[in-house]
Amino acid sequence: MSELLSPLAQLKEFKKTAIVSPLWMIGEVICEMIIPILMGKIVDEGIGNKDMGYIASTGILMLGIALLGLFCGCMGGLTRSKASAGLSRNLRKAMHDNIQTFSFANIDKFSTSGLVTRLTTDVSNIQNAFMMVLSMAVRAPMSMIVAMILAFYLNARIASIYLIAVIILSIIMGTLMITTTRYFKKVFERYDQLNESVQENVSAIRVVKAYVREDYENNKFKKAAGNIYEMFLKAEMRLACIGPVMTTTINVCILLISWIGAHMIVSGSLTTGQLMSLLAYCMNILMSLMMVSMIFVMLTMSEASVRRIAEVINEKSLLTNPENPVMDVKDGAIEFKNVDFAYKKEAKEPVLKNINLSIKSGESVGIIGATGSAKSSLVNLISRLYDVTSGSVTVGGVDVRDYDIETLRNQVSVVLQKNELFSGTILDNLRWGDPNATQEECIRACQMACADEFIERMPERYNTHIEQGGSNVSGGQKQRICIARALLKKPKILILDDSTSAVDTATDAKIRKAFNDEIPNTTKLIIAQRISSVENCDRIIIMDNGQINDFGTPNELLERNEIYREIYESQTGSSADADFDEKN
Amino acid sequence: MAEKVKEVKAFGGRGARGAPRPKVKNPGVLFMRVMRYIFKNYGVSMIVVFACIIITVFANIQGTLFTKTLIDKYIEPMIGQDNPDFGPLAGAMARVALFYLTGIVASYVQARTMAKITQGTLKNLRIELFEHMESLPIKYFDTNAHGDIMSVYTNDIDTLRQMISQSIPQLLNSAITIISVLGSMIVLNVPLTIVTIIMVFVMLFASGAATKASGKNFVAQQKNLGKLNGYIEEMMTGEKVVKVFCHEAKTIEDFDKYNNELFEASFKANAFSSILGPINAQLGNVSYVICAIVGGALALTTASSTGAGVAFFLALTHLFGSLSIGGLASFLTFNKNFSMPINQVSMQFNSIIMALAGAERIFRLLDEKSETDDGYVTLVNSKMENGKIVEASEHTGHWAWKHYHQADNTTTYQPLEGDVTFNDVDFGYDDDKIVLHNIVLHANPGQKIALVGSTGAGKTTITNLINRFYDIQDGKIRYDNININKISKKDLRKSLGIVLQDTHLFTGTVAENIRYGKLDATDEEVKAAAKLANADGFIRRLPEGYDTMLTGDGANLSQGQRQLLAIARAAIADPPVLILDEATSSIDTRTEKIVQDGMDKLMMGRTTFVIAHRLSTIRNSDCILVMEQGRIIEQGNHKELLEKKGKYYQLYTGNKTDITA
Repeated sequence: MSELLSPLAQLKEFKKTAIVSPLWMIGEVICEMIIPILMGKIVDEGIGNKDMGYIASTGILMLGIALLGLFCGCMGGLTRSKASAGLSRNLRKAMHDNIQTFSFANIDKFSTSGLVTRLTTDVSNIQNAFMMVLSMAVRAPMSMIVAMILAFYLNARIASIYLIAVIILSIIMGTLMITTTRYFKKVFERYDQLNESVQENVSAIRVVKAYVREDYENNKFKKAAGNIYEMFLKAEMRLACIGPVMTTTINVCILLISWIGAHMIVSGSLTTGQLMSLLAYCMNILMSLMMVSMIFVMLTMSEASVRRIAEVINEKSLLTNPENPVMDVKDGAIEFKNVDFAYKKEAKEPVLKNINLSIKSGESVGIIGATGSAKSSLVNLISRLYDVTSGSVTVGGVDVRDYDIETLRNQVSVVLQKNELFSGTILDNLRWGDPNATQEECIRACQMACADEFIERMPERYNTHIEQGGSNVSGGQKQRICIARALLKKPKILILDDSTSAVDTATDAKIRKAFNDEIPNTTKLIIAQRISSVENCDRIIIMDNGQINDFGTPNELLERNEIYREIYESQTGSSADADFDEKN
Repeated sequence: MAEKVKEVKAFGGRGARGAPRPKVKNPGVLFMRVMRYIFKNYGVSMIVVFACIIITVFANIQGTLFTKTLIDKYIEPMIGQDNPDFGPLAGAMARVALFYLTGIVASYVQARTMAKITQGTLKNLRIELFEHMESLPIKYFDTNAHGDIMSVYTNDIDTLRQMISQSIPQLLNSAITIISVLGSMIVLNVPLTIVTIIMVFVMLFASGAATKASGKNFVAQQKNLGKLNGYIEEMMTGEKVVKVFCHEAKTIEDFDKYNNELFEASFKANAFSSILGPINAQLGNVSYVICAIVGGALALTTASSTGAGVAFFLALTHLFGSLSIGGLASFLTFNKNFSMPINQVSMQFNSIIMALAGAERIFRLLDEKSETDDGYVTLVNSKMENGKIVEASEHTGHWAWKHYHQADNTTTYQPLEGDVTFNDVDFGYDDDKIVLHNIVLHANPGQKIALVGSTGAGKTTITNLINRFYDIQDGKIRYDNININKISKKDLRKSLGIVLQDTHLFTGTVAENIRYGKLDATDEEVKAAAKLANADGFIRRLPEGYDTMLTGDGANLSQGQRQLLAIARAAIADPPVLILDEATSSIDTRTEKIVQDGMDKLMMGRTTFVIAHRLSTIRNSDCILVMEQGRIIEQGNHKELLEKKGKYYQLYTGNKTDITA
């Protein structure tokens, strides 16, 4: 339960509103509750004493109270909407702010889609649940209590029947609700499975049809749908009891009250008006109880959302700035000393094993190796996107963990393998690298990245709008804009993580030539599949299965390294494996 | 009283009171179609439910009227009696208890039956949707976003569930209640009934105005929500880039702007909808109070018709009949019971319209035309008997086309060999946009045909025509010299093995995924197929070997491993013709070599169409087709094409010069 309340800490400036809202609610409830009492009085005093004046004055009082109730109700509604909309705003902000402090490892843990769900669907769930809590959770118990008090005030003996009914009913409802929620949870699990199977069939329809497996899939689906049917039916059959149980209790109460009431009226200890009021309260009390149990169910349903959101808000970034950070990167020298690295602490096998490496400032270094040989993991440690598990990585002679993170990342510019452009103009995107870059500087960077040629051909050139995810430029164009964006940082170290895979070989060569001519003093690390992308580098690292297999000049490697030779020969020379997939 | 219970049940379902109604073209027609669908399987049950609702409402009214009887007939006369006789009262109460009991039983039966109807209908609908979806042509999946198809199964079915299980019975209940309560009220007292009706109109008017105002704001809220969600999706996808460029502060600034805009809109939208409740509740109270005053006055004149009553009221009494105290008590309960269902009807109306929008999408999917199949040539097991091919009932390892000729009422058998010809084939996804022109090719059994060309040249499209994922506009495709339109699609596809560009695996074990190619394959066969595809090695290194569970399209495997499994899946099916649409651009050269070896082994002895971009795959092909913009521009083997010095030569040498640049 305390976990369920944790998001309330984010109410902040809406705390007052959230507290005031139930107060208005209480006002409305009290107004509503007074009306049956006054009604009883009209019957007893007004009609009984044949006093038309009394009827009129009490009637006007009742009208006034109803209008007051209306006012309280509206105020309650307004404050409630404000508090819940405010809560969801603050929850989103708290999550988003914290996500901005996340390290790559934190992001990996939640996954992109996980974060999106939390920021959107889960927050909406909580906003709705909170609205409900503010209105129902206060209203229902309040009206139950007020009605109970008034009932006791009118006649304690009859009111005690209500008390017993409430106790019995809450026990029955409680057990029903608990078992039903359990069934519903199972239903939702099966739902997920069913949806997964549909999803699979939608995306793999070609496989299904190619293997003529329609009937097979249909049978699988039929079974899954049947499973849901049974589970759901079980849950609904239990829910079906609630209405009748409720009605039975109300009816038994009415009969008891009528019987006892009749005796009391006849013997003079109860008036007809009071009996009418009591009958009205009977419904009020038991209906409120019903609402309380519904709220309970709704809260348990939003429990999952609350937990997911709390996870994000409470997540501590795994990377923090050191206390006295180094604010200047001296040069682009890189050194790995006895580095081991694993993405998860509990992982059995580290991704990088015992890496020792020294790269001079201004050197250009190629990195090749099979998929999964941990090329990307290696370079990600340099700009401290992840922290090493053991050993150390130094840049410019200083351990990366001693730098101010922003300083380090501005000097170590990475073009990620899975890169993104954002909606906005090309210029907007380029200026991510340097917010103050002039148009000339941007064009210059694009020329180096060979992006200028296609941007100039676009209708609005540098002001061309890029759609979300860069969907209106081709893969190769996207990669070149990303390179230009990274160049604008004017970094001391530039890392290209397979960043020209969709660029044709000739352009690729041009980009590399521009690097050598224009930024000779920048340390360049180039991960590539194509041997042509790295064979002009000063030195090449061969990665194999998380370890450095070899590190040397291209000529040295050609002589002594088998893996290099194998790749080299498969891509060049007489047995060349030409690439027939034209890039554009 | 039962309707009160229902109202509480309903609030769990939909939160958006006052949300704008979606537009549905023919709500009436759609509604009837939904009802027909329900009645198809649950007609009797629906009638039971209908009867139960009437019984419940009737029992409730009897219960409410009991208050009048109790006070007027039993309590009032007994006041002041020395020895009151409670016997008649006990009898009356027993009768009422019986009514109550009937009502409770009816409502229980109703709830249970309704649950069965709802879940049963949904189950049938889901299965029907799925089976129909499986029968749809590939084109449907090309032209509809997968997210949209999914949402039919999730959102649309769910709103329909609410409509069937809650809205329809509640609407019925409300309608019957309104009619019967109105009738009872008129019987009890006409002026009070008029007062009540006037107040109901005031209520409807007020809530209508609030709904309208909130509807406008809900649209604004949806718009802002969309904007913020779009921003969140974009930024979360690019979050790593944000970090690399230290762009956090700017991101927070933009996010706050969208977030605040949403807050404003959301507050306004909810504010209007949340005052709907109090307006209805308190106006209900006002109506109650007015009835109490008027009724009190009427009761007073009734009680004191001989006393110094006001002449005006006396006149009223004469006009409209009298009102007893008990009658007043019952009327006041009716007053409450009357406004409630009216409110509900308007609420249910909204949710029914919302559900119908979902139903429209469901039926649209069900109305999509299935893939047609007029093929009558089938694939059968065969054996040789006296030098002639005959059909075999057991699995022989030999297959033959069974071809029935209507003209002379004979059946011929022809061995399955894998000869494929394209005769001047034109194809377009739409009739007016032809993407493949005059395709002519001939693959002899066992030959390897390579398709080469840039992305979008139409390579994959050609392979999709052989297995009739799409039907051609003009020309002829023949398989073993039979027009493929004559071959039953099922059997045609069975005879073709395909490894697709995008590998798709299913939730299940590795072995199950391989077995997908041949459902009755033994464990040995599965292993043999895996070995052939070079997949056995990595499978055995998996935590549970062949029994390792794969989830999320094989997310726990690498791209190369998934492709090897897809090859093994094709291998186990052992088809005479293979289509390999290889996509190895994201696989590094070394892994690709392993995949390639697997493919090479698979290709041996089969007619193979291979889409490739690596020379090693292409050069030993029997025939290479160079494609450009939907046309075959060159055709021949490696040597011939190089000598031609055309596009192929260009592609080949162009890359080579690049490498040494």
